[in-house]
Amino acid sequence: MQRVGVFVCWCGSNIAATVDVEKVAEVLAKEPGVVFSTNYQYMCSQAGQEMIQESIRKYNLTGVVICSCSPRMHENTFRKTCEKAGLNPYMVEIANIREQCSWIHKDKDTATEKAIILGRAAIAKVHLNAPLTAGTSPVKKRALVIGGGIAGIQTALDIADAGFDVDIVEKEPTIGGKMTQIDKTFPTLDCAACILTPKMVDAAQNERIHIYSYSEVSSVRGFVGNFKVTIKKKARFVDETKCTGCGLCTEKCPQKKVPNLFNLGLDNRRAIYIPFAQAVPKVATIDADYCTMLKSGKCGVCSKVCTAGAIDYQQKDAFIEQEYGAIVVATGFNPIKLDKYDEFAYSQSPDVVTSLEFERLMNAAGPTGGTLLRPSDGQHPHTIVFVQCVGSRCDDSKGKPYCSKICCMYTAKHAMLCREKYPDTDVYVFYIDVRTPGKNFDEFYRRAVEEYGVHYVKGMVGKVVPENGKLKVQASDLIGNQQLHIDADMVVLAAAIEPDKSARPLATMLTASMDTNDFFTEAHPKLRPVESPTAGIFLSGACQGPKDIPETVAQASAAAAKVIGLLNKDHLICNPCTATPDEMMCNGCSSCEKVCPYGAITYIDKEFRGPNRTTLIRRVAQVNPAVCQGCGACTVACPSGAMDLKGFSNKQIMAEVDAICR
Amino acid sequence: MPVNEEFKPTIVAFCCNWCSYAGADLSGTNRLQYPANVKIIRIPCSCRLNPMFILRAFQRGADGVILCGCHPGDCHYTTGNYYARRRMTLLFSMLDFLGIERERTRVEWVSAAEGAKFAATMNEFSATIHKLGPNRRLEDLRCRKD
Repeated sequence: MQRVGVFVCWCGSNIAATVDVEKVAEVLAKEPGVVFSTNYQYMCSQAGQEMIQESIRKYNLTGVVICSCSPRMHENTFRKTCEKAGLNPYMVEIANIREQCSWIHKDKDTATEKAIILGRAAIAKVHLNAPLTAGTSPVKKRALVIGGGIAGIQTALDIADAGFDVDIVEKEPTIGGKMTQIDKTFPTLDCAACILTPKMVDAAQNERIHIYSYSEVSSVRGFVGNFKVTIKKKARFVDETKCTGCGLCTEKCPQKKVPNLFNLGLDNRRAIYIPFAQAVPKVATIDADYCTMLKSGKCGVCSKVCTAGAIDYQQKDAFIEQEYGAIVVATGFNPIKLDKYDEFAYSQSPDVVTSLEFERLMNAAGPTGGTLLRPSDGQHPHTIVFVQCVGSRCDDSKGKPYCSKICCMYTAKHAMLCREKYPDTDVYVFYIDVRTPGKNFDEFYRRAVEEYGVHYVKGMVGKVVPENGKLKVQASDLIGNQQLHIDADMVVLAAAIEPDKSARPLATMLTASMDTNDFFTEAHPKLRPVESPTAGIFLSGACQGPKDIPETVAQASAAAAKVIGLLNKDHLICNPCTATPDEMMCNGCSSCEKVCPYGAITYIDKEFRGPNRTTLIRRVAQVNPAVCQGCGACTVACPSGAMDLKGFSNKQIMAEVDAICR
Repeated sequence: MPVNEEFKPTIVAFCCNWCSYAGADLSGTNRLQYPANVKIIRIPCSCRLNPMFILRAFQRGADGVILCGCHPGDCHYTTGNYYARRRMTLLFSMLDFLGIERERTRVEWVSAAEGAKFAATMNEFSATIHKLGPNRRLEDLRCRKD
């Protein structure tokens, strides 16, 4: 039995006006174990706190019950007060007699009676409280950024700036991501390469940043401050340390018919390639699916021409183990596949392209050298139709239910650039709504309409039919209330964007949660937008939801700030109210492990004393207190009742129930 | 059934710390009244509620038990309230089997912003229990103190 002190607060008149505080203190003084009971005007004031501390010392209190405002208000205040008087802070219980009693009742007798019952429940609970100590766990001062697009690069640069080591893992042979494929950026029409490539070089040259290109994360273990990650460095058959990036091999390779994925298959490259001129790291990679040498053992041209001797056909995947304190997910997005959208004839005509393909066709470094030409016949198009919301804001299973956010703006940009470069082209944009929330976005869209004369038509395109080298576009004009038939030379589809395919398996590895569209979920949509609910996992860029470049960069820096805050600590203080298994009762059934949202539960084989001096080895659950957040899901799932939650134990809650129902 | 004027039901409300307990605090802050026989027990998450606690409450003479948690999808621990929902569904079918009135136990999702909903729910639940009368079937008379 604890020696309990009860402190009833008046909260000025907030409590005292409807609750007879003296009576409450008097009645509670008769409860078992209560050695001291008093009331005071403001318990949270300096004088009130000193009174509590004095009483703890004077009466040797081992438990404190404070009848006052909500624990959400002052629980921490009173815990600190008691800690200073030498009492374990978790030996304090609050009876909420303000928000849940005095403020909701008018009748003094009823409110007083309820306050007494709430006080009793708190006393009953505090008798079963045990001193808890918050554990600490060390923080590994290194961060991992998964994905080397603009989000990952910005996060890595900011973390490195603060003096911490960062590794970037990028699955492609070069960092840079989607932004490398973009020609110009809205709403300023900056050249994307001109603003991105210096950042890529900065990242490569930064001593604190290590780039694992052509690599993937293959396993993640551990928890916040202590992640153990295995990185799979895929064989690129070129020794990165020797390759100078001269590009001779990429000119001499006889295998010329490999679709160039950087240009979205609009042209071909060789089997050995550097994705683009400014690639970082500028190292050649052999595409094992097409290389004649790797497939049949006959060729070896690249090896012969390489003066650096960098080609290594025997190279194998390498696995690197590394420890990190924090992980940032920056896996980005992809446009959806349009094979379900036959009505737009995407698979039937090469002149029906996606916006990203159009971006490559407009890009000076693209397959046409920046001249807009029809992929089918290399002719200059005169009529171009842009279709918005292809797969976005869809209520059927074909597309995505959300707005992809960036399409309205890049379509306005494409339309504007077409009209600027080729004033003789007719440009139509079919839209459901034009959404331009962003700095200078609406002005940009209006310029496209007013200055550049782009025809914006509210309505959807019903069908695109390739006919005699033209694309017959049937569409509805909802405002003009008419059907439109346009003979177009090119049709550009603003495909919805979706999270990268690698995100789902990664989320499983990280035990980070995702929404139904496979976007990573943030810890709180308003107040913790760059953190995953899983401690130590942070979100950067479009992996969390559709975003344009400025938003991505802002979120990337925000995530970096959160990582820096974490890595700056030498130790993390853990929540002491964690689950704890009774090993004698646990039978290792794994029920608790399945419901744990944090992966805090593992199993070990442990020796127990058996009958007749034998030893038994049994599988028992172990909770990692650094990972457990104390939700208690496991305590109910446990069929043998072995799992309990410190601070909210079965006995404590039932003692409260008993006190209330008495 | 004649309504007993003297009958003051005992109602136990289990509230999750992050949403419903805060919602209850909010209804206090807004001075929204609900009957004093509702007593709140704070639990970290609705998934912490062992069905055993509800049975214990009925055994000790509670007339109604209500569980309040975050709205589905909003759980602080991401999935806790889904577990709670499934467990309660199971418990309810067991209580049905035992012949306990379905209305005596309830699950409600109350967010930290829904102070008004919390008060309204408690008023309504309390009225329901008042109509049902005292819980006799599950009460263990040996636990009675008076």
